[in-house]
Amino acid sequence: MSITDQTPHRELGLTDAEYERICELLERRPNRVELAMFSLLWSEHCAYKHSRKLLRRLPTEGPQVLLGPGENAGAVDVGEGHAVAFKVESHNHPSAVEPFQGAATGIGGILRDVFALGARPIAVLDSLRFGELSSQRSRYLLDQVVAGIGHYGNSIGVPTVGGEIYFEAPYEHNCLVNAMCVGLARADRMVRSAAAGPGNALVLLGASTGRDGIGGASVLASAELTEGEKRRPSVQIGDPFEEKKLMECCLELLDRGLLVALQDLGAAGLTSSAAEMAAGGGTGVEIAVDRVPLREADMEAFEIMISESQERMLAVIDPATADEVMAVCDRWQTGAAAIGQVTDTGAIRITRQGETVAELPVSALVDGCPLYDLEPEQPDEWMYGNRVGLERGIDPDRVLSALLASPSVASKRWAFEQYDSIVQSRTVRRPESADAAVLRLDETGRAIAVAIDGNGRRVACDPYRGTIEAVLECAQNLACVGARPLGLTNCLNFGNPERPHVAWQLERAIQGLADACEELQVPVVGGNVSLYNETEAGPIYPTPVVGMVGDLPDPGRAAGIALREGDEIALVGPFAPSVAGSELAKLRGDLGPGLPGASIGAVGAAIELVRDAVRTGTIAAAHDVSDGGLACALAEGAICGGVGVEIDLDRLVELRGASGEACLFGEGPGGLLVAGPAEALDTLGATGRDGGVDVIAIGRAGGDRIEISAAESGVSLSLEDAQRAWRSLRPG
Amino acid sequence: MTFGILQFPGSCDDRDALLACRRVAEARLVWHADVELGDVDVVVVPGGFSYGDYLRAGAIARFAPAMEAVARHAEAGGLVLGICNGFQVLCEAGLLPGALLPNDPLRFVCRQVEVVVENAETAFTRGTRLGQRLSIPVKHQSGRYFAPPEQLSELEARGGTVLRYAPGHNPNGSAHEIAGIVSERGNVMGLMPHPEHAVDPLTGSEGGLAIFNSLAASVTRRERSPLSA
Repeated sequence: MSITDQTPHRELGLTDAEYERICELLERRPNRVELAMFSLLWSEHCAYKHSRKLLRRLPTEGPQVLLGPGENAGAVDVGEGHAVAFKVESHNHPSAVEPFQGAATGIGGILRDVFALGARPIAVLDSLRFGELSSQRSRYLLDQVVAGIGHYGNSIGVPTVGGEIYFEAPYEHNCLVNAMCVGLARADRMVRSAAAGPGNALVLLGASTGRDGIGGASVLASAELTEGEKRRPSVQIGDPFEEKKLMECCLELLDRGLLVALQDLGAAGLTSSAAEMAAGGGTGVEIAVDRVPLREADMEAFEIMISESQERMLAVIDPATADEVMAVCDRWQTGAAAIGQVTDTGAIRITRQGETVAELPVSALVDGCPLYDLEPEQPDEWMYGNRVGLERGIDPDRVLSALLASPSVASKRWAFEQYDSIVQSRTVRRPESADAAVLRLDETGRAIAVAIDGNGRRVACDPYRGTIEAVLECAQNLACVGARPLGLTNCLNFGNPERPHVAWQLERAIQGLADACEELQVPVVGGNVSLYNETEAGPIYPTPVVGMVGDLPDPGRAAGIALREGDEIALVGPFAPSVAGSELAKLRGDLGPGLPGASIGAVGAAIELVRDAVRTGTIAAAHDVSDGGLACALAEGAICGGVGVEIDLDRLVELRGASGEACLFGEGPGGLLVAGPAEALDTLGATGRDGGVDVIAIGRAGGDRIEISAAESGVSLSLEDAQRAWRSLRPG
Repeated sequence: MTFGILQFPGSCDDRDALLACRRVAEARLVWHADVELGDVDVVVVPGGFSYGDYLRAGAIARFAPAMEAVARHAEAGGLVLGICNGFQVLCEAGLLPGALLPNDPLRFVCRQVEVVVENAETAFTRGTRLGQRLSIPVKHQSGRYFAPPEQLSELEARGGTVLRYAPGHNPNGSAHEIAGIVSERGNVMGLMPHPEHAVDPLTGSEGGLAIFNSLAASVTRRERSPLSA
């Protein structure tokens, strides 16, 4: 009988070749429970089978790196014996199917990744993508995703301190919800996930196990989103109260030194956690599924092993401390069940009432999955269409208004006011007040800055350069508050990698990420890959999202974006504005392949100059030039400061040989606006000259209008009109 | 003097309140299952989502053993400050009149607001001036103060409205722009803004510090002349 006569594996998403490989590894056919376990651990979501080879290109080392890729989250040294752990992860597919719970459980999952290390979560950021707001579905998704993030983050007492939202047609049927969590730990107290010490007990902490989310994240995220609505039962339901107790319980267990190892239960549930813990420790595990507390008594063994019920953690403890562990769990009203033990067999064995129902070599489950080479092919043309939203030849004042009101550029106050951004008393720079969130660390006497960035449209124009830009923008945001990058995490959101053009985008983007991180010396300490983000309507824009954590000595000196009356304004860096791939090009329906390149080294030098200047405390405001170009960046600083600007860009026009319009609205990396007293900017200019960094004086803050002249072009808009446009974002 | 900050499962701003109180006096956490408050002079019922608040904000926390101790403390004239979820809990427990309804509009709101001191004679505000504006953040889903008309009139008539949102700053549709109230005996206060998040200009503002200073001063004064309430 050939295997194609029986094809249960196909329904579970395994190819015939993968099934054959499983049979070879086991030297027999897997039973039903075993096949279910393989299907999840060999899914794209868990095995990274289309991306793992490429990810090896990323630089992951640096003296400050304490934990790199492979652990629940990465961690960097922030001094005084403390570590900051952080990671970004996607919850795209669940959120496209059920936006409120999908987003909420995305927050729950990334929090668990961080406290699994023994780090207390101190901040959340999120990066969201939706279709154009003109679509009712996009408005619904935005509304529900924001509500879901708030519901979970607010209830658990972790501040949501930053993030970004873009609206682009290619996300219409496949929104992106990427969440980043940052945690703080004593460096010597971080817990590993490796299951060590045969004979130690496996304890399942937290919620009971139900049928919710059977094959949820892993199955949803490993195939294209067709008939997504029908998959709603695969989405998990979040309970932030349960997680709050679980988090406090785990942190107390850690404080008392009662944990040998800890791992969260995420995609693929108990199967994935147990297998990864055993693989990490070079051990085996034995689990008695009849000891797992269930929501429904009649659950089958395979359901228990792959359930994605939320708010659960798997701990390894010394059995001699069991009473003490149970007492802590009782105190926090957190469920705890001894469900098995660590063994030295190298196998994962599942039993029910003493009978073995599955027995697999851990190595086959965790490392046996075939890794695929991609077959990249550069597409000949622009594949995402163009829609004209703004006629050519409209006067620049109206262009600026249209850009400020464009949902991707407009203030996101409507969203971030729904998030608690201040709980835990660390938030020194709140959302929109600065380019990066700044969190004080009284434990070290210093502070960290965090930012998250990624512009899928520009990556679609040029995957290599667009991804470099994302890294540069994140570093620029950190520089504006005076922070030096310590490490980077990323989430690579792409379409189906089996399509040659998506494979090409993925390969070029990862190369861009590698080159930018290498040159800026920012190690990649963790990340996540989300593929198959496409529907019948086509793939999303290729969207690498990068999150960065940086260190700064004095949070009181972190510059905001608000301009002050009388401040001089300068543009720092090699910024060479171009309309290619810009928000303006999008509004005009002018998008196409290609972006001008930039020297990473030259941008890096500008970043260092601005960072050092901000650290001296002489700079009043700093803001990087991003979506909508210089005119929008200046307008944002003006609106936040409640003061107009008088700007002349002729020098930039001359230096870069760009048109006035490009200088007003063009985009590109390496542009940082700084403002402050004339003496401070003179000093900055002198330092810049010595270091070969352009510091161009462009004007001052004053009056109540946005007045910018740029060669043949220019804008003049009242602050009030600019503000009305910029504050216009409402989903309803 | 010592502040005692209650800690329910689901409390979120307990450590923030602890840090704020420690700026002016001794402070420690009180576990929800404890039946005695010990040496605590001022109880702070902090913000958060006690027991998840899936039923109605504060509806379950009022039954916690520690809340019985808080009721006895209040009965004996002891000072109690309820912040946000704590305000909701104190209303549910009947220690303060009225109720906190879901915001209008029906969304969580986190925002810096200004409140005006309407009564500077209380144990909670004696360090402020009548009419003084304090910049303090709010962050809540159910902060719309409601009481029946007679109760509202009675509250206003006795000077029970201690803090009112400044014009244009009411974030939730509260009746009479009410941000904080005090009990008839003047020893229990509830407010929706978070004074514990307004004790340091570095993290935003210090408008809330006056409340903690007032409480510390009130206790010290009582200790000096134990017969005056």
